[in-house]
Amino acid sequence: MVGIVIVSHSQKVAEGIREMALQMARPGQLIIAAGGMDDGGIGTDVVKVSEAIVAAHSGDGVVVMVDLGSAVMSTDTALELLDEEVRGKVKIADAPILEGTISAVVEASLGSSLEIVLATAEGARNFKKC
Amino acid sequence: MSSTFEALAAIGQTIIRNRQFLTDLDAAIGDGDHGINMARGFEAVAVKLQSLGADKDIGTVMKTVGMTLVSSVGGASGPLYGTAFLRAASPSLGKYELDKETAALMLAAAITGIKERGKAVRGEKTMLDALEPAYDAFVEGSNAEKSLIECLELACEAARQGVEFTKTIIATKGRASYLGERSIGHQDPGATSSYIMLQTLVEFARARG
Repeated sequence: MVGIVIVSHSQKVAEGIREMALQMARPGQLIIAAGGMDDGGIGTDVVKVSEAIVAAHSGDGVVVMVDLGSAVMSTDTALELLDEEVRGKVKIADAPILEGTISAVVEASLGSSLEIVLATAEGARNFKKC
Repeated sequence: MSSTFEALAAIGQTIIRNRQFLTDLDAAIGDGDHGINMARGFEAVAVKLQSLGADKDIGTVMKTVGMTLVSSVGGASGPLYGTAFLRAASPSLGKYELDKETAALMLAAAITGIKERGKAVRGEKTMLDALEPAYDAFVEGSNAEKSLIECLELACEAARQGVEFTKTIIATKGRASYLGERSIGHQDPGATSSYIMLQTLVEFARARG
């Protein structure tokens, strides 16, 4: 099953999104929050992100959901720290982090491929709310 | 320059001393955390370097600094400077004395890393506006057979002018880009921290003779 990593500048945001996504997940589905800094401060921690990707990777790949600006740069940097074998199976979704995560989690729970989970996450950009 | 370790420690101390200055620059056009983030990063670097020991080669020190910055800075400058130091590690692995050729390769690798990571080019009011002119001046000095210290001095002066130049241009990258034309008149915090690092390196090299 494709794993999901949530990268936010805020630990609370990442964990809150994970909590909401878990309601839609299958038992044991790998959804890892990588938010904030070790000291609880606002920011993105490259090492935390790379460890989260490893933890979320069960062989089928990982989709990484990101919030603002440097979350993408931190994730790109985290990918450079990983083995080629893992790196090739990680995709960063260009999607709203909350809606995208929930869409991705549902798609992944169906056993869909990495490409399909990524496309579904990015499709969340088109959700109409009203 | 016999000790990369001490040079990096000096750079770290200068960044920490300039915490408020860099933060004030960033507060004017960004999210006001550049000094705080960079100081936090270099405080972590100081601790890491202590445990690394002073006998390591330049590349190992660069790699340690890079890894520490990416995991402790938090803001955009973490992956940017972290990548810069990590890339500068490759040409300096196994080297204990800095020579002009290695320094130029390190600077070039660092700049390439920053460009890739930030998807930025010169003229967008970023650290590249200090670092690219610095690299050009360094290479020019090197081609004119100047000494390592002289080349670093030329690079430092070019970086200073680069910082001045950032006052005249509009930010198109990062949080400052939301300000558009209102970013004109302010110097870029990232270009400033890059210049400060070079300046410290020059002072360190001069003191070492």
